[in-house]
Amino acid sequence: MVARVLHGIQADPSTFADHLRVHGPLPARGPSQLAVEFERSGLRGRGGGAFPLARKLAAVKRARGRPTVIVNGCEGEPLSAKDGLLLGVLPHVVIDGALSLASTVGASEILIAVNEIEVRTGETVHRALKQRPELRNDRITARVVWTPAGYVSGQETAIVRWCEQGIPKPRFGSPRVTERGIDRRPTLVSNAETAAHAGLIARHGGDWFKQTGTATDPGTALVTVSGAIAAPAVYEIEQGLALNTLLAQAGGCSEPPRAFLLGGYGGSWIDIADTAAVRLSPRELAPLRARLGPGIVYVLPDSACPVAETTRVAGWLADQSSGQCGPCVNGLGAVADELVRVCAGSAGRRALAEVLRWCGLTAGRGACAHPDGAASFVISALRVFSEEFSDHARHGPCDACQWPTTLPTDERTGAIA
Amino acid sequence: MTQRIEVDPIACDAHGMCAELLPELIELDDWGYPVIANVDIPHQLRPLARRAVSVCPTLALRLRTAAAVTPTPRSRRPLARTD
Repeated sequence: MVARVLHGIQADPSTFADHLRVHGPLPARGPSQLAVEFERSGLRGRGGGAFPLARKLAAVKRARGRPTVIVNGCEGEPLSAKDGLLLGVLPHVVIDGALSLASTVGASEILIAVNEIEVRTGETVHRALKQRPELRNDRITARVVWTPAGYVSGQETAIVRWCEQGIPKPRFGSPRVTERGIDRRPTLVSNAETAAHAGLIARHGGDWFKQTGTATDPGTALVTVSGAIAAPAVYEIEQGLALNTLLAQAGGCSEPPRAFLLGGYGGSWIDIADTAAVRLSPRELAPLRARLGPGIVYVLPDSACPVAETTRVAGWLADQSSGQCGPCVNGLGAVADELVRVCAGSAGRRALAEVLRWCGLTAGRGACAHPDGAASFVISALRVFSEEFSDHARHGPCDACQWPTTLPTDERTGAIA
Repeated sequence: MTQRIEVDPIACDAHGMCAELLPELIELDDWGYPVIANVDIPHQLRPLARRAVSVCPTLALRLRTAAAVTPTPRSRRPLARTD
């Protein structure tokens, strides 16, 4: 077990005094020195995209105008709890990172985006910001921005549009927000966990960060483990850790598992037959057509009906479309409706082939990656649960269909209550 | 300088005029939205491509020169085809 960003975690939110006792003060490093350490660290974004932080920083620095830093703590993914944990219990670790990133790009404003339903988390962050001596001057300000609930409203261009125009929907195409974001100024949007790692790199350096993890995916990662597991929680792992090792750390499966969902509702299903091969890092998962996304492992018990579970989540994902792009609205809607008929046994013979075709027709054709993720979720379900889907298409609901489904579709109740 | 057609999916309202003008590069999906071939515009189709861009009622189409195409995985990925 490793503890870097979660080092010194306690049940109550840490105060600045607690934080200094655990980590000591932030060392004084200049912007160029910080940029070198971020580059050397190889840190990639932890919001799901795994984009290299150093490239984002360089793009913001290249652009004209005084930049803004947004820490993205929206966490609209119902299976994720890590950003809420960081902001709600270890806010100063995230704020360290936000200050370091702001210093690197020369930003004068930090916005910490928190989901409006997470009132206590936002208030904790607000109190933590008031405790920081670095913010008691005219050069830099930091405040909490409440963002509307929803799966897509945490997408980076959606946050920028929300802050600018009050519309929590993604925008399309270039220029990117790194070049022209809030008020047409360069904007760095960084996931809360990414910021937390950045804060530690600012203390200990890029080489320290690389001492754990893999060569291509260095460092540790937070993973929310939930479902049929003895101890559902947020775990900090070395990147590249075997899935079986993580499951053992979490007390093992609480029931015989049927499959694992990696990467959340924009991720993909993995059959239990493949468990032993799974190593948890973006690069290691790529050959399995899987991704770690924002760090999610969900254990589906064998007692649940995977068809009913997939169908309900597919319906939820269709509802979560921001409604702007035709292929997403129509494609995800068609997929969700057809899966309901498959689940009921009332679909035509070619229904599953049509669902796959619609998934292919939807992915890659939205302004944001929501249709891509939803398609990946459904396509992987049809592959891993192919027998169950064919069985339902032919014979209708199974015995397990009538039981309450287990996958959450509510951000508030989420993976870990 | 190679060029490609790009559609702004937010602006697009499925009028379908682009596919009528340029069926060689644009076909419509099940709901009437354009699926654009993931190829550079052949030289002889350039005038038609420019027309398709100019007649779009919602101004959702644009031409992008290769240099201006942002090198993201999204733009490199081949689009799904209906056939």
